[in-house]
Amino acid sequence: MRTPIAYFLLLAGLLFAMGTVGVLVNRNALRIFMSVELQLNAVNLTLVAFARMHNDLTGQVLAFFSMVVAAAEVVVGLAIIVSIYRRRRSVDVDDIREMRW
Amino acid sequence: MPLDNVVFWVFAPISIAAAIGMLVMRNVVHAALFLVVNFGCIAVMYLLLDAPFLFAVQIVVYAGAIMVLFLFVIMLLGVDRSDVRTERLFLQRPLAVVLAVAFFVEVAMAIRAGVGFSTLAPEGFEALQPTGNAQAVAEVLFRDYFFPFEVTSILLIVAAIATMVLAQRKVRAITQAELTGTAEAEAAS
Amino acid sequence: MLWLIPALPLAVAVLNLLVGKRLGRWAGVLATLAVAVSFAISVAAVADLLGRPAEERLALQHLFDWISVGGFRVGADLRLDALSATMILVITGIGALIHLYSIGYMAQDPRRGRFFAYLNLFVFFMLMLVLGANYLVLYLGWEGVGLCSFLLIGFWSDKVANAEAAKKAFITTRIGDTLMLIGLATLVFTFGTLDFVPIFGTASSVLTKDAATVIALLLFAGAIGKSAQLPLQVWLPDAMAGPTPVSALIHAATMVTAGVYLVIRSHVLFEVSGVALTVVLVIGVATALFAATCAIAQVDIKRVLAYSTISQLGYMFIAVGMRAYAVAMFFLVAHAFYKALMFLGAGSVIHGMHDEQDMRQMGGLRKVMPITFVTFLVGALAQAGIPPLAGFFAKDALLEVAQHSGRTAVYALGTLAAFLTAFYLGRMLIMTFFGSARSEKAEVAHESSPLLWIPLAILAVGVAFAGVLELSPDGRLASYLEPVTGVMREGTGLSFLALAGIAVAVAIVSLAIAWWVYGSGRIDPNTFRARMEPMATAAQHGWYVDRAYDVVFIQPAKALARLTGDVVDAKVIDGAVNGVAGLVKRAASGGRLIQTGFVRTYALVLFVGAVAVLGYIGVRV
Repeated sequence: MRTPIAYFLLLAGLLFAMGTVGVLVNRNALRIFMSVELQLNAVNLTLVAFARMHNDLTGQVLAFFSMVVAAAEVVVGLAIIVSIYRRRRSVDVDDIREMRW
Repeated sequence: MPLDNVVFWVFAPISIAAAIGMLVMRNVVHAALFLVVNFGCIAVMYLLLDAPFLFAVQIVVYAGAIMVLFLFVIMLLGVDRSDVRTERLFLQRPLAVVLAVAFFVEVAMAIRAGVGFSTLAPEGFEALQPTGNAQAVAEVLFRDYFFPFEVTSILLIVAAIATMVLAQRKVRAITQAELTGTAEAEAAS
Repeated sequence: MLWLIPALPLAVAVLNLLVGKRLGRWAGVLATLAVAVSFAISVAAVADLLGRPAEERLALQHLFDWISVGGFRVGADLRLDALSATMILVITGIGALIHLYSIGYMAQDPRRGRFFAYLNLFVFFMLMLVLGANYLVLYLGWEGVGLCSFLLIGFWSDKVANAEAAKKAFITTRIGDTLMLIGLATLVFTFGTLDFVPIFGTASSVLTKDAATVIALLLFAGAIGKSAQLPLQVWLPDAMAGPTPVSALIHAATMVTAGVYLVIRSHVLFEVSGVALTVVLVIGVATALFAATCAIAQVDIKRVLAYSTISQLGYMFIAVGMRAYAVAMFFLVAHAFYKALMFLGAGSVIHGMHDEQDMRQMGGLRKVMPITFVTFLVGALAQAGIPPLAGFFAKDALLEVAQHSGRTAVYALGTLAAFLTAFYLGRMLIMTFFGSARSEKAEVAHESSPLLWIPLAILAVGVAFAGVLELSPDGRLASYLEPVTGVMREGTGLSFLALAGIAVAVAIVSLAIAWWVYGSGRIDPNTFRARMEPMATAAQHGWYVDRAYDVVFIQPAKALARLTGDVVDAKVIDGAVNGVAGLVKRAASGGRLIQTGFVRTYALVLFVGAVAVLGYIGVRV
């Protein structure tokens, strides 16, 4: 492969930054969640890139675990969002404001 | 021009464009679909990085399972209407953008200092995996990281049970306090 | 056996405190018996003492080790010598008579159990005071009698005035007591012990004149407080708020004489100093005259007697100041008799007048209360110095010492005070017993029960014959007291007869003038008094010393207390505390606004932090 590893890392960084913007700017819980998935993917990409760079499969294994746990997390998270929707008829996170002064 | 480069320089912009698309789309379903595209591009990146196993797993798990779940929930809840556009938190949007830019710059700096913009991947990765990537990953996974593997499986079971409980409508004899509160209110409403 | 003397009254006191209410009238009987038996034992002890030759007249009893710290030791020790023997006889003897009187006087009072308990407790403490073989036991008794005085003055505590009088007595004597305590501390510091024998034995070699002066004056300060001398005399007239037996026992015969006892006991220290004795003398003279002028203007029969007591105590200190300790002791004994007699008699009068104490309402009582009248007359004449009653010998001896030692000023002023004394006594007698009844109460007055006049009679007999103790520098009492007091220097001057003649003449002239003003009807007493205004009112109010103390000390103290309470405590301290609390509250009020409830805000802040940390690491690396 002739592409400098740095480019993969930069791509991952860019995707992560965009994912963060998505988390901060959106109000829809599902959109936020999707942005989080984007962030996770960026991180996975970083891990795999470093695995390639250091000739060590540990990076790939870690990325694998990350995917597994992310899947479980999505499952639980969506279930929670469904519960919240059932109570409030809305998934706008700005409406969930009880824990404040 | 080497094939790797071409592939990279094709799919990287697509990936970025898909991410931007996910962010700006008004319709949530469209946003989700754009995310699927992004995942696909990431999978290609994995392929470029000599991780075919992860390429497959990415497509199957992320694009195939996770996003499907997302779409199920989106359409189930019917929240595909557009969001309200006005931001009521002071400075949230500008700050988010500024900070993201700053973050990216920092990361770039770090990469330049740590890795260097022109270092190529070293040779010898193939030699490490004589029987193929999947087999090699399996060996590392089941030998060096066996305990985390088992723990993760327990985690999955727990997640599955938790989800079943969380998503139930009528609750009978649930002992966990937080679920009781939600369910009784549900029954009352 | 010495310890029995104070122990009996103590035991009955405790008994009466615990079950006094149930004992009813037996409370008083038991109390009287306790003191009477104490008297009997005292007589026996003193007789035993007198049976020995003069050098061996000393009985010591060690009860237990009280304080033992490092090298400092104080024991609960009792000491019976000539001086303390005299005192215990007076205390228990007159005390027993007063207890007997109280049975009748307090017969109607439902709380008499408590009264007799306090009275017995007082006798216990007074006995400890005089029997102590060291200053600490003395101080124990000193404080104890102060406490009992407080309890007894304010006995009828439902009246605020009584409680105020009790408080005033306690606080005023406290001033003296505190100075005395400092004196005691100085003694410990200088001598390393509080026992009389080592202190008096080594005083002249250990103490410098100045050190002795300091110690002596500190001790005398305590005496000033307890014996109501200038400037701490203000409590005694108000202490008349207590029941009359209390006034008789405590404020005439015993507690107030504790000061005199103290100075006589410590005379070695005073003599080393020299200056201290002069101070005692001056204060004695000043007090004697001051109080006599006040006594003339009083309208309450008990207050006349109160000021009279202050004045007579002044006389005792004059004697002490002239080193005539035996004279002072004789004066003390005689005064105890005739003052107790007059107080009890006044109590009888008040009882018969149905609790009226204003002499202007009395008059002509001698016809309806003959026994009281006769006994009272004996007491008054004794104090006035009419021979052959006891007071004559005492006063005459005192003036003789003054004249013979060349202290002409003291002699003159003492004689002046004697003149005033006779005058106010005559006035009191005439206003109360002679003339015609000036109010309805006086008309229907009656003689008291035997329980009240028997003690009067006994005391009167004592007064009449106390002269037997006879007094001159080589008289019986003097030689008896010699081991304690040392030999008194004799001087020369006018002969005994000349001095006696002058004294008697002064007394008779004074009484005659009193008769002329108040009894003969030729002068209107009111116009007489009006012509003396404003001095008369001033004298009646004790020359406004109370007012002066109020302005100089009490009001500023109260103002300071108010300042501390309302300003410092409420505003400054509370303000600071509340201010801190308020500060915290405001900080929290502002601080809590961070919790907006918006998850996105939290996420943003989180991200800000992350970027900052990364930047910091980036810069560092």
